[in-house]
Amino acid sequence: MSGQPLLIFAAKAVGILAVVLTAATYATWAERRVAAWIQDRIGPNKTGPFGLLQPIADVLKLFFKEEIVPSPVDPLLHFITPGIIMTGVIAATALIPFAENLTLADPPVGVLLLLGISALSGYSVILAGMASRTKYSLLGSLRAAAQVVSYEIPMALAIASVVLMAGSLSLVDIVKAQSHLPFAITQPIAFIIYLIAVFAETNRAPFDLPEAESELVGGYHTEYSSMRFAWFFAGEYAHVVIASALITTFFLGGWYGPGPDGVWWFAIKTLFFVYFFLWVRWTYPRTRYDQLMKFAWKVLIPLGLLNILITALIKIWG
Amino acid sequence: MAGIGAGFEVEHQEGDVLILNMGPQHPSTHGVLRLILKISGEKIVDCQPDIGFLHRGVEKLTESLNYVQIPPILERNDYLSPMSNALAFVLALEKAGEVEVAERAKWIRTLFAELSRIGSHMVAIGTYSLDLGGALGGGTSMFMQTFEIREKVLALMEEFTGTRFHVNLVQVGGVRYDIPGAEWVKKTRKLADEVDRWVFDNLLPMMEASPVFRARTKGVGYLSPEMAKLYGVSGPVIRGSGIAYDVRKAEPYDAYDKVEFDVVVEEGGDNYSRWMVRGRELLESTKIIRQVLDGIPTGPIASRPPVKAPVAFKLPKDKEVYARVESPRGEMGAFVVSDGTTKPYRVKLRSPSFSNLSVLPHLVRGLTIPDLIATLGSLDPVFGDVDR
Repeated sequence: MSGQPLLIFAAKAVGILAVVLTAATYATWAERRVAAWIQDRIGPNKTGPFGLLQPIADVLKLFFKEEIVPSPVDPLLHFITPGIIMTGVIAATALIPFAENLTLADPPVGVLLLLGISALSGYSVILAGMASRTKYSLLGSLRAAAQVVSYEIPMALAIASVVLMAGSLSLVDIVKAQSHLPFAITQPIAFIIYLIAVFAETNRAPFDLPEAESELVGGYHTEYSSMRFAWFFAGEYAHVVIASALITTFFLGGWYGPGPDGVWWFAIKTLFFVYFFLWVRWTYPRTRYDQLMKFAWKVLIPLGLLNILITALIKIWG
Repeated sequence: MAGIGAGFEVEHQEGDVLILNMGPQHPSTHGVLRLILKISGEKIVDCQPDIGFLHRGVEKLTESLNYVQIPPILERNDYLSPMSNALAFVLALEKAGEVEVAERAKWIRTLFAELSRIGSHMVAIGTYSLDLGGALGGGTSMFMQTFEIREKVLALMEEFTGTRFHVNLVQVGGVRYDIPGAEWVKKTRKLADEVDRWVFDNLLPMMEASPVFRARTKGVGYLSPEMAKLYGVSGPVIRGSGIAYDVRKAEPYDAYDKVEFDVVVEEGGDNYSRWMVRGRELLESTKIIRQVLDGIPTGPIASRPPVKAPVAFKLPKDKEVYARVESPRGEMGAFVVSDGTTKPYRVKLRSPSFSNLSVLPHLVRGLTIPDLIATLGSLDPVFGDVDR
């Protein structure tokens, strides 16, 4: 950032934001097409070529819908929670190193900042459920709270071993440390732990417990409609895109790849993980939240701690 | 505390107990079931089912209709296997009136009952996946597969009778329609092969391989054999608890004593076993369908005039009969009392969904809400059949 003229910096910021938000919007289209493909259906194909205008139609429809705010809700929390989820997701885009010179901010404590920002989405879900003041939403927010304490720790442990390997908390340095071999190969356990935890962080199946439409009707967003609902919806998909970008950054060597390095490798890896998210969602049933907690506390956390220990020992003596 | 409807009083509870009203508009109560839950966290302390939202008074309605008009009305009860309802009633009439049934008709009824069973089990398996995976989650993929096969079953029924659902096939003394031709037989054989292939290639491997599926179904919703007998459950629910009770074997009707098939039993008593029973029953059904297509005798399809000239049917005075069939959900029975006219004096239906549903509160105490939904799905109730 330092040394860049303000105008170029602003252009970069707007450009990256536009790309990420477009990707999030089209993730909804991709979800419907991939789901249809997995289930031998066709999916949306009428609005524009291959149904590509469908997301725009969806947004317009949600925009013009009547906003229903039930009388018992907490007006302030009900109003701000959809914003919190989007704030966290958009703020995280600033930290992602898309290519060697294409990153908005590279603070020396980038990883810590990122963990802090991404925890906001968990709060958004918890508060949204509480603000609705209905029983089903409350259960959704209870589950979200249980989920947060389950996945945040293994996730941080997985990243901790990556940080140990790279010797830096800066995301750019972490990618640069993978110029020869991505951490997915040198840190397979951390990679798998992170991959599982990230499904819980983004509230995606098989860990979409706070939403769980077959059990809790709509969970935390039951009482949201119109654009307030749309923010949650867009937030979830933006989160999927950002989470895929982070997997790429932490474990797959970012912009490095066979052949010429560059932003295209970053895009290909990220899109693969976006697809991976959809693929898992449409092929697995949902777990129970006590099963998720058991799994996180009895399997993932001990495994993550062990992994850190081994990594540290290798760093000392290797 | 004040009453919360349906005659249930909420007493004061020690500790943190929340009353949660689930249904009748909840997305996964399989229709219009209302459950009043007492929950502590997500753990279910108590569960009170409230039924009757789909009550149409069918039993009373039959008293003002003549015997020929009743079977099509009854088909609206268990709307996932409509033919079984009518079959139980017509069997009762034939028993009371001592009517000879044409031999070919018996085989056609058997064929159709098994086709209905495939269609119904496909819904049960598909909607159970929805309950596990969510209407927008992975369960939908299984749901789509099962409904694709069910659609083919319904297409066969349509070609046979002109209707997809409410086939109105059985009549006193036989059936109304004959097999439409060799092309239909070929298609049916193809469908039977497809169902077998689906069970072996998709259903059973999925159950073996998916750790999430096993974690969600194994050991959940345990029903002991004693409790199963006590509550009079039947069909896949009792067979999933290790009791080999099947009306087709216990009291064979139609052509079931002339075909070879096994009663599918699983010992587990949990959701996994009930699901497994349904999966394996699909294979038995296709086995029966093939045998019927091979061995069906030629001859008339009814011992009485066909549908185009419905003849008023009379039962002798003061006859009391009970006939039962094995519907996809269990023992479906019809009790008929006659008064010597063309209309019954009283009809009482024994619906398997009702008995199966009655055991739900005992299965779900101590489980969590997701498991309640899953357990309800494993009982496979149809609310047209529960409420009548």
